[in-house]
Amino acid sequence: MIAETGHYALILALVVAIVQMVLPVIGTRYRDPQLTAIAVPAAQLEFILIAIAFFALMTAYVTSDFSVLNVWQNSAAAKPMLYKISGVWGNHEGSMILWVLILTLFGAAVATFGTNLPRQLQANVLAVQGSIAVAFLLFIVTTSNPFIRLNPAPFDGQGMNPVLQDPALAFHPPFLYAGYVGFSMAFSFAVAALIDGRIDAAWARWVRPWTLAAWMCLTLGISMGSWWAYYELGWGGFWFWDPVENASFMPWLAGTALLHSALVMEKRDALKVWTILLAIITFSLSLMGTFLVRSGVLTSVHAFAVDPARGVFILAIMGVFIGGAFALFAWRAPLLSQGGLFAPISREGSLVLNNLLLTVACAAVLVGTLYPLALEALTGDKISVGAPFFNLTFGPLIVALLIVVPFGPLLAWKRGDLLAAAQRLMAAAIVALIVMVIVLAFMQKGPWLAPLGIGLGVWLLLGAVTDIANRVKLFGAAPGEAWRRARNLPRAAYGGALAHAGLGLVVIGIVATTAWRAERIEALAPGQTLDIAGYQLLFEGVEPRQGPNYRARVGMFKVTRGGSPVTELAPSKREFIVEKNTTTESAIHVSWRGDLYVVLGDQLKNGAYSVRVYFNPLVRLIWLGGLVMFFGGGVSLSDRRLRVGAPKRARAKAKVEAVAAGE
Amino acid sequence: MTRKQRRGVLIGTSLVVLGLAVGLVLYAMSDSIVFFYSPSDLTAMQAAPGKRFRLGGLVEKGSVVRDQGTTVRFIVTDGAKTLPVTYTGVLPDLFREGQGVVAEGTLEPDGVFHADNVLAKHDEKYMPPEVAAKLKKQGVWRGEASAPSPNATN
Repeated sequence: MIAETGHYALILALVVAIVQMVLPVIGTRYRDPQLTAIAVPAAQLEFILIAIAFFALMTAYVTSDFSVLNVWQNSAAAKPMLYKISGVWGNHEGSMILWVLILTLFGAAVATFGTNLPRQLQANVLAVQGSIAVAFLLFIVTTSNPFIRLNPAPFDGQGMNPVLQDPALAFHPPFLYAGYVGFSMAFSFAVAALIDGRIDAAWARWVRPWTLAAWMCLTLGISMGSWWAYYELGWGGFWFWDPVENASFMPWLAGTALLHSALVMEKRDALKVWTILLAIITFSLSLMGTFLVRSGVLTSVHAFAVDPARGVFILAIMGVFIGGAFALFAWRAPLLSQGGLFAPISREGSLVLNNLLLTVACAAVLVGTLYPLALEALTGDKISVGAPFFNLTFGPLIVALLIVVPFGPLLAWKRGDLLAAAQRLMAAAIVALIVMVIVLAFMQKGPWLAPLGIGLGVWLLLGAVTDIANRVKLFGAAPGEAWRRARNLPRAAYGGALAHAGLGLVVIGIVATTAWRAERIEALAPGQTLDIAGYQLLFEGVEPRQGPNYRARVGMFKVTRGGSPVTELAPSKREFIVEKNTTTESAIHVSWRGDLYVVLGDQLKNGAYSVRVYFNPLVRLIWLGGLVMFFGGGVSLSDRRLRVGAPKRARAKAKVEAVAAGE
Repeated sequence: MTRKQRRGVLIGTSLVVLGLAVGLVLYAMSDSIVFFYSPSDLTAMQAAPGKRFRLGGLVEKGSVVRDQGTTVRFIVTDGAKTLPVTYTGVLPDLFREGQGVVAEGTLEPDGVFHADNVLAKHDEKYMPPEVAAKLKKQGVWRGEASAPSPNATN
């Protein structure tokens, strides 16, 4: 019964979405306020219906209702509760429902909280959102229905891929989707502005919080995915330039550019056409990410069962939205007025450079991701484009960007003074140089580029500190004055500096791990020891253990450092009974110097085990940096100025009343 | 600065960055792309020793030999031709005889493929698409398991 309710709600939602797509546009076109006003309740109702469908599916999972095909394929009675819940989106059909749930949640938020938006803009935005919902609901209902029944119902399910039964991965897809789908808001606002043929600084002020929230979710989602790959896949790496990783990274790069260009538009009323274009590009890349992952074009840990009908359907959705948006852009963009002149050396200029480098770096990743697909389609040759390609192309472009990042916030709007900015950054540059020299002096091995990379990370960190110090006039004003300024500084300024500092941490983490990682692969018999990075590992043997839905062989290691005990590590191999699948569970000892990472391999002939041990220096900084960037975004989001209308509501109301009185 | 000059600076910078990116991409394309071959492809053409590529096929039944330490030798077959492979390290969880495998490394003058990376696979029915395509061409493709798709993943 619950599955049928969900199915019914899904189809009703499709009908409501069609209403939401069509009527408001007619209403704004013929100036019919009643038709226009339908957008708001339609968006709210649609969210409620999708939520009903989503919770119906979740109920089927939680109660292990194996008469539902989707539950039978992806769940099992013995699975822990957390993974029964995360199993809802751990498969193709359920993940598409989650996608639409987040989409309609954002739509309902605009309908409910966007009361200060101009009616026409709000209606058009909701209509565009409705059209996206129509496309994806049609996709779900026709090709990916999660509510199909099985008769007779099997006794137990087939289980869930064991590598996915992990807490970090339970929350990775929702954040990633919130990011992808969040950019649909920027897209809808962009298309609505094009339909209107009108755009102003207030538009950017409405778009920025949505973009920022989406960017935060995507940052966290990517960090979680990288963190999971690090400890779960057993290779000790944090990023593989896998096409599916790239699919989430490209919207992030474009979204980061959008965040910065919207800033220029909000503050200076410039770069309008570019910001609109960037909003379209960012969501197009999100759609492409969905396509690459969901269509089965790529085979990886993310690929679902290959079903050509699905791939073609998503390709059609992509074609309609991307093609339609670009056509609309070409037609209407010339109508948008340009404003806000600025000199090349200025805050605007630095943000243009930021956008240029980010989009070009994004394009390089795009080429590397799509080239093998294109080549195979055209010539049949199979190639793989791996890390060397991306290091060579993405690397230099992003390094160029990182070098100029600290200058941006120190330049004034309209016309900046590069020399003054350089003088303020002198201290940061000197410290970064000293760190570079110290690293070079103590470096025993590793590439000569590594000290430069560490220096770059320190430069970013101190650049962010300099930015804040400069704004509060830490030096050159009385201490009380600095404190007063620090308290009055807008939160967005702190948020931006935090995000840049987080970037510095990520750079240091990546460089240190890549350059100075130690790796040993040995055959160890019980009682033997292995030395790595100053640690001694004593292998005590292997013992069997029983988990909730798996059997495990656990390796026992005693770790000492200079004779004194440090910890005990227990890497294991898990054999999942229902899924007939094994996974490798690494064991990690965390210290301030880095991670000691142990993986248990196969048993060899003479009773020994192959054992893989890594020492990854400072690797935690990568995810710590991601978290800092996330919090930076949050601090910026809490800025009062970003809550549109909060300080202006009274004035705006007075104006509306004046207009009404005048009519 | 006049409006024209400002625009010139903007366009000039864009062109420099774009040119740099195109140059980098082209250079990387010629140098750091890894091709995928089956054992039959290799006998048809002479692979230069030391050139990296990916080798795909099935692990021949009964061919896996563990040497001293963690070195493993096995034979990759595509039904028509075979190639011996040696690899030092921990094999992925789902490395099994008779199953598909992709190894990355170089073909040395001794005629043995020295792999430094054997690709991890994510379930027992998974076959790298390159391997499936080549096997289909060689006629040894046994078709996909007819059971409903296993663990769809994310």
